[in-house]
Amino acid sequence: MLEVNDIHTYYGRSHILQGVSINLQKGEVICLLGRNGAGKTTTLRSIMGFTPPRKGSVKFEGADLAKMPPYEICRLGIGYVPQDRRIFPTLSVEDNLEVVERKVEGGWTVEKIFCTFPILEPLKSRKGRHLSGGEQQILAVARPLMTNPKLLLLDEPSEGLAPLVVRAIEELVKSIITTGISVILAEQNMRFAMNIAQRGYIIDKGRIHHQGNIEELKEDKEIIGKYLAV
Amino acid sequence: MEPRVFVHFFLNGLASSSCYFLIASGISLIFGVLGILNFAQGALFMIGAYLSYQIILWTGNFWFSILITPIVLAGIGIIIERFLLRYTYRINVNFQLLLTFGLILVIEDLVRLTWGVNWHTVQEAKALRGVVQIMGGGYPIYNLFYFGVGTAVFISLWFFLNKTKYGKRVVAASSDRELANGLGINVPRLYTVIFALGSSLAGLMGVFHGPFINISLEMGHHYIMNAFAVVVIGGLGNITGAYISALILGQLEAFGILYFPFFERIFMYGFMMVVLIWRPRGLFGEKKE
Repeated sequence: MLEVNDIHTYYGRSHILQGVSINLQKGEVICLLGRNGAGKTTTLRSIMGFTPPRKGSVKFEGADLAKMPPYEICRLGIGYVPQDRRIFPTLSVEDNLEVVERKVEGGWTVEKIFCTFPILEPLKSRKGRHLSGGEQQILAVARPLMTNPKLLLLDEPSEGLAPLVVRAIEELVKSIITTGISVILAEQNMRFAMNIAQRGYIIDKGRIHHQGNIEELKEDKEIIGKYLAV
Repeated sequence: MEPRVFVHFFLNGLASSSCYFLIASGISLIFGVLGILNFAQGALFMIGAYLSYQIILWTGNFWFSILITPIVLAGIGIIIERFLLRYTYRINVNFQLLLTFGLILVIEDLVRLTWGVNWHTVQEAKALRGVVQIMGGGYPIYNLFYFGVGTAVFISLWFFLNKTKYGKRVVAASSDRELANGLGINVPRLYTVIFALGSSLAGLMGVFHGPFINISLEMGHHYIMNAFAVVVIGGLGNITGAYISALILGQLEAFGILYFPFFERIFMYGFMMVVLIWRPRGLFGEKKE
């Protein structure tokens, strides 16, 4: 479904990603694990076309994403949940969902979102900037569903949230996965990632160092100590 | 002082606030969404006035020019955004300022080539000539009409940005351009639409303001300065702020002329300075998060 092949991405002159390759089958849930600054966010941004890779290729269902603007990449079926949530602050919860809506028959609607994320319904006319961190995160996860994605990119959805809220987000992500959406999850929270993903990639200093079944990674104390321990 | 004079000056203030709002709204809208300070707004306003002069010359119909001029200006806006501005978004903001400033010079020369250096005049539609009796004194109908136009434009813009789906997309793109793009909103096209809308507002002002002034090559300069004062006081990018600040400045100007005719200009810029010191983001500006 998604094939990221040896991409090199730069911010100005800094060479951030130095040959990252990832692949994902339809229906799969994978995670990208690594510390702060390891290149997780940049990998997702490269897929979305925000910082297109200078070398290497990104293919989604056969389409080459290299020269595409982000809005076209989104319209192919990739949904994006940014780090720091980035809710549109002056729009209401309902408007945050509606502005990105792309109608598909039997697809997500505002009503369906409120059904799946019942906590959002009573907040629907509240402005984005007046939501709590947890509420913003739930909205940030729900928002791209309105574009009816086949693949969802989640950038550190557990960051800065209380354990109880992290649990709630975890359940929501799981329920989204059961609808058949594939997921790439970038995380440094091991527990969270391992409860959700089937396969994992360990990224550090812009390179993939290990990949494998989530159960195997979980057992490998050496890898965890080297690339993930705080 | 007679109450009639007071009321008439108040109405004068309303009419000039309309003028300030019409030119400031385009600047504010374009800045709010594209992040570009469009110095050429005054030049676009000038094109609008010349065009309406030409259309009235050909057809003799003022209303017809209201219809055509904004459409032509929108077209000019599309060309400017699509083929010039678009290449400057990724580079330093200074280049955008230079570009819009350069546009003024180019536009003025093109207008000079087309219409020559002489000034022209237009007359409002017949139905809008004459006076109404207000408190026992005649007051020009056109001034009242002009205020109505400014207010109607404000209400339409407010409705567009707050109540329509496309307008809300504009708001989303203006608060987070990159993410709006990544969530499937065609931001490049939205930029074109907004620049075209901003340009057509300048054109609209060119039509409605024409009967007040001599249409000449320098006409844009005076208004662009005042427009920046309006936009800064209201809060850059805030349409409601621009409208209210235009109302305030219109009154400051009207009563400044009435009581302190030699210093009238000081009020507007003095007020702007006070606002900038006391509240740099403008009266209605959003705090940047």
